[in-house]
Amino acid sequence: MHLQEATNAGLFFGLAPWVVLIPLIGMGLNLVLGNWVSNRGGRRGGGRAAGWIASLASGLAFVVAVLLAYSLAVQPEGATVHLADWIVAGGSSGEIQASWDFRVDTLSVTMMLVVAGVGTLIHIYAIGYERHDVVHNGDPGRYRRFFVYLNLFIAAMMVLVSADNFLMLFVGWEGVGLCSYLLIGFWFEKGEGGIGNAKAAKKAFVVNRIGDFGLLIALFLIFWNFGSLQFDAVFAQAPQVAAAAPGVLMAITLFMLLAVTGKSAQLPLFVWLPDAMAGPTPVSALIHAATMVTAGVYLVARSHALYVLAPAAQGVVAWVGGLTALFAATIAVGQFDIKKVLAYSTISQLGFMVAAVGMGAFVAGMFHLVTHAFFKALLFLTAGSVIQGMERGAGHERPSETDEHETDPAALAGAHTSVDAGVNAQDMRHMGGLRRRMKLTWATYLIGALALAGIFPLSGFFSKDEILAGAMRLQPGVFALLLAAAFLTAFYIGRQLFLVFAGEPRTQPASHAQESPAVMTIPLVVLAFLSAVGGALNLPSILTLEHWLEHTIEAITPTEFSLSLAVVALMLAVAGLALAWALYARRPLQAGQEDPLRLRLGWIFSALERGWRVDEIYQALFVRPYQRFADWLAHPVDQGFIDALGSGLAGGVRSVSTVLRRLQTGFVRSYALAVLAGAVAIVTYFILR
Amino acid sequence: MVPLSYYLALSVILFTLGVIGVLVRRNAIVIFMSLELMFNAANLAFIAFALHYQTLSGQIFVFFVMTVAAAEVAVGLALIVAIFRTKGSIDVDQVSSLKG
Repeated sequence: MHLQEATNAGLFFGLAPWVVLIPLIGMGLNLVLGNWVSNRGGRRGGGRAAGWIASLASGLAFVVAVLLAYSLAVQPEGATVHLADWIVAGGSSGEIQASWDFRVDTLSVTMMLVVAGVGTLIHIYAIGYERHDVVHNGDPGRYRRFFVYLNLFIAAMMVLVSADNFLMLFVGWEGVGLCSYLLIGFWFEKGEGGIGNAKAAKKAFVVNRIGDFGLLIALFLIFWNFGSLQFDAVFAQAPQVAAAAPGVLMAITLFMLLAVTGKSAQLPLFVWLPDAMAGPTPVSALIHAATMVTAGVYLVARSHALYVLAPAAQGVVAWVGGLTALFAATIAVGQFDIKKVLAYSTISQLGFMVAAVGMGAFVAGMFHLVTHAFFKALLFLTAGSVIQGMERGAGHERPSETDEHETDPAALAGAHTSVDAGVNAQDMRHMGGLRRRMKLTWATYLIGALALAGIFPLSGFFSKDEILAGAMRLQPGVFALLLAAAFLTAFYIGRQLFLVFAGEPRTQPASHAQESPAVMTIPLVVLAFLSAVGGALNLPSILTLEHWLEHTIEAITPTEFSLSLAVVALMLAVAGLALAWALYARRPLQAGQEDPLRLRLGWIFSALERGWRVDEIYQALFVRPYQRFADWLAHPVDQGFIDALGSGLAGGVRSVSTVLRRLQTGFVRSYALAVLAGAVAIVTYFILR
Repeated sequence: MVPLSYYLALSVILFTLGVIGVLVRRNAIVIFMSLELMFNAANLAFIAFALHYQTLSGQIFVFFVMTVAAAEVAVGLALIVAIFRTKGSIDVDQVSSLKG
């Protein structure tokens, strides 16, 4: 290993590759030893060893990230750590070079801290969550597999954020996509009709592939026009290329935008994220809320040097983000599945970030990325705690049937969502009154919800306010969209809060719900603390994060704090919560009662419930024509033409040989006659010619 | 002196007899003897031409043919014995399949 580039004594830049290697080692340990250690010590104690190994690996990666951050505080220019050569090829038209270089700068280390920090908390939470999940789903042997995937994800994400060239970034980009696929389909044999989860995983993979295609094209264009894929080399040449061929930069940035819409679930490729909720809840928290989906935001922030030179592309990015923020927020209002609300909320919040980095407010976008990682991970984990509380409530009711229930095919088809006939552990209509049964979950959920709504002084208030301030200055149209989205955010999260925790229990499992064990609640408390105080990272006029990031992002436009805007945003958030309170808490929903919003909105609510029917539209516009096209290719073209060519050739040879085999009688004398005839013919030819 | 055409005519007759013998007879030994007849027809033609052109090469070639024919007889007779042992007959029409 070559770590010699870390020359500064007392600094830890040389440790950078370990942020990838440690999770990989953890993964390897679990692969080799996971089952063995997990089977020792019985169900109570040692059964969770695989989880602890994975958490330790993630935690050590976090320690390395902290050391890197410390080094950066001393020497903010950062460093690049060379690990190994990868592709070195020369040619007449230039040469391609890509190596495993780890880039340590303020932007990448910010991402590392989020990924490893939030990731470790979620790992620890998952130790408890997955124990229950695998038992509940009837396959305890899958416990280890979960943590293998989780560590692989951390490693891939670290490759993505610490890459020093676009190709290595692409490796991480695909790696996290793979882990996302594997973890969405973790219970691949369950879900609707026994294939629901597998379908969801496939959908995520295929939709992401469209985005990845955009990234690949962008990379090809970059290499073709810049002759390099290394970040600094590309960004240094960007002004010349922009002056010589402005269209090229426009194309690169727009193709990158396609990648962003895929990975970060923006319009029009956001459809995979709601379905991705088929994965276990820690996965939703880690991959589909806190880290992987923010990769698109990171990509734009990392490529800021290209975006600032293509203002039109910046405008498109900002509008895509703004529209997504509002669009997804409206859908979140009409959802009943506790995780689906959060999924659409994530899409909406990612819209905020993409809008921010699109219009040039890179710091605001990164700031929101960090705070969102805190509070949305918190919300997902509390939702997981609620779901398992419900499941325990149902198990409490009928403890003897729990095991039978697992083998029942109908229950298997219902995946880990179904608790009881007719009661869905994820349906908010079946909850209610959980604040009394699950006090700690309720308290942490409240903090997360208020942070998401943007209530002063929680973290979401500051980060959202910075985005809104930036939008007001840079993109007034997007500003209006984001303001509306902010109002809806407060409303839908208030609705969820009151539906789940307020009023009286609406079903048996809800009234018997049990609080989760400490291994799950402690990460909740830590995340709640971070969600509460995360705003301190970039307080107005102190701007820690901005000064931190300006070493990496040159194009920073200084953030200005606008008191009037902050007051307006806060009032909107309070109004949203108040409206939710008026609808859902003043007269709490009774069992079997219709959602009060449905009575008021009518068909609009039904449309919201089905996500504006985007899935149906895509199904009709793209999926079914594509399937028909594939069918046409399969039957008339492949079977009718290509196969016919092959089997026709074979048939022809066969019929010719049936005729020819008659010649081969096996009688020596007929051969002799043939030889004679041949000899006579040849001689005759030579004589007569 | 006997003209060349007489020798050649005799050679042709012998050769044709050999060919007919190979084609119409079923007994392997007789086929074998017919083959020998064809060799000797060819030998006769060689010798006739050697006499006609007053060269030795034709005569020398005949010695080679006779040597090769002797070797061929050894192999051929061995084959016939082997066939007789497996089939109990030396009728070539019985030997019509490659499978023993």
